[in-house]
Amino acid sequence: METKNKLLEVKDLSIHYFTDEGVVRAVNNIDFELARGETMGLVGETGAGKTTTARGIMGLVPNPPGRVVSGEILFEGKDLLNASKLQMRLHRGKDFSMIFQDPMTSLNPILTVGDQIAEVIRLHEKLSHKDANRKAAEILEMVGIPAERMSEYPHQFSGGMKQRVVIAIALACSPKLIIADEPTTALDVTIQAQVLELMRDLQEKLGTAMLLITHDLGVVADTCNKVAIMYAGQIVEMGSLENVYDNTKHPYTKGLFGSLPSLSIKSKRLVPIDGLMPDPVDLPSGCPFHPRCPDCMESCKSRMPVKTEVSPGHYVRCLRCE
Amino acid sequence: MSNTLIEVQNLKKYFKTNHGMLHAVDDVSFTIEQGQTLGVVGESGCGKSTLGRVIIKLLEATDGKVLFHGEDITARPSSLDDRRRMQMIFQDPFSSLNPRMSVSQIIAEPLQIHHVCKSKEDLDQRIRNLMDTVGLAERFTNAYPHELDGGRRQRIGIARALALEPEFIVCDEPVSALDVSIQAQILNLMQDLQEERKFTYMFITHDMSVVKHISNSIIVMYLGNMVEKSDADELFEHTLHPYSKALLSAIPEPNIHKERRRTILRGEITSPIDPEPGCRFAARCAYATEECSCRTPELEEVLPKHYVACHHVRAINGLK
Repeated sequence: METKNKLLEVKDLSIHYFTDEGVVRAVNNIDFELARGETMGLVGETGAGKTTTARGIMGLVPNPPGRVVSGEILFEGKDLLNASKLQMRLHRGKDFSMIFQDPMTSLNPILTVGDQIAEVIRLHEKLSHKDANRKAAEILEMVGIPAERMSEYPHQFSGGMKQRVVIAIALACSPKLIIADEPTTALDVTIQAQVLELMRDLQEKLGTAMLLITHDLGVVADTCNKVAIMYAGQIVEMGSLENVYDNTKHPYTKGLFGSLPSLSIKSKRLVPIDGLMPDPVDLPSGCPFHPRCPDCMESCKSRMPVKTEVSPGHYVRCLRCE
Repeated sequence: MSNTLIEVQNLKKYFKTNHGMLHAVDDVSFTIEQGQTLGVVGESGCGKSTLGRVIIKLLEATDGKVLFHGEDITARPSSLDDRRRMQMIFQDPFSSLNPRMSVSQIIAEPLQIHHVCKSKEDLDQRIRNLMDTVGLAERFTNAYPHELDGGRRQRIGIARALALEPEFIVCDEPVSALDVSIQAQILNLMQDLQEERKFTYMFITHDMSVVKHISNSIIVMYLGNMVEKSDADELFEHTLHPYSKALLSAIPEPNIHKERRRTILRGEITSPIDPEPGCRFAARCAYATEECSCRTPELEEVLPKHYVACHHVRAINGLK
């Protein structure tokens, strides 16, 4: 990848929460890059550290108790971790913005949706009230909501419509990167299909890069160019869709695929992963997946696997692949 | 047939609201055979949970009958005996357990209400057996729900439903709040229990792939109406109703090679309050004609044992 095409680089990022119960190691030494216009899926189960990663990039890790303990986040080559609060505020909404999981709670219930979209525009662009409102109306039309509904309040919209409003707010200043945190998890499947289609179309039109956080491997197959699988704060496998879906290497990724009931093949029994996600306060020694791993070796219990490139662009963290 | 456990006949449940009558379940009929699983699929607001609740009499039916072993249970007042034979597993393992009761108290409650156990030792033994059955370690006996993760909480919910050895269990989205690896564990547990104890399940979910995995027969609901009913394999092989087709095509599959022709539904679910006559799906249906918005389609047998409620089902699918 050429350097000038790199939009976002995350290097060796670790984010921990320092609580009374101990240090929660939410994100541990993750690396990834995103090129302009590219879509990457970040997949993992509850507690894998997906949302913390997103908050880290946005500069929204609640501090205290959270703190970035190591690593770098470069956005167009600029280090975000050393940026001042003001600089971050200028970036957020303009250069990168976020779509939150729950459209029911991420909108302000006492402002009209038009005002909420215009607010972002006025913050970042020197536009009069009238012009900002006009632009808000255009954006609302773009996400498929008639401009007449600008003066309505969030409670007058259905779940799918609210998520469209959230997307409109995120896109208002044509950011270069969108971080979407489970954008369709709270929606019904037919509405999810509508919202995903809308996001794909807009992304194509605007050339926005996207980091899509989800637990759904199906959504990733549908929307992303590449995918990273997270487990216990680490990226255990990363690569293009072909790499990860067809040439699955990490036992956790295999386990995820085995757990999914399939529409095409009738299987008698699912093959779940035994056990539970480890507590991030007390991660197991060695590879964090070893207590649940069907292919666990003696050395897995003591040695942490390093990121290994098994084929060009396909990275795995597993001792069996080293 | 002698081994029919549940027979639902023209069941209706309306709720009175300030804006009019809400038709949550409208004229639904089906049967469930002993030891089988009926999957009920649909999106939020289609009446699937209400249907489950009316069948086990947590809600009273507005009209229609539910026959359990051939006896009409809607007509008689609910008895402890009916309650014992029909149980429910709830969707949300976070809000369906009393936070002030320990695991053993939660599981003991139905046993105590029904005076099943003669002595304290007997009760403790039963609780231990139940916890063992659902895969909860003994060290959790005195734990409280907030100390446990979602998967373990759902196991408590299952143990509580099993405590009285029911014949029929309504499972209302039992796995949708869980992570996929845990979801697979719970689905396997439920299948093992069914095999072992011949339970009959009614499995309510919005997830087509889960319903395909677990069900013998399936009904698809839309706004209180049943739009399609058939055996599970048949339904996936020949999906006939335009809504079922859209629902199926909307699922993102974890497969990067399958080229999908997606039918994306325009618009959203319409209001179930005082619905006009006509097909309730007409507003979102690509094939809708004038007929659809004035005449309600009847459920008819389009293929052997495969029922569809749609005026144009034959034309859409090229059937005679």
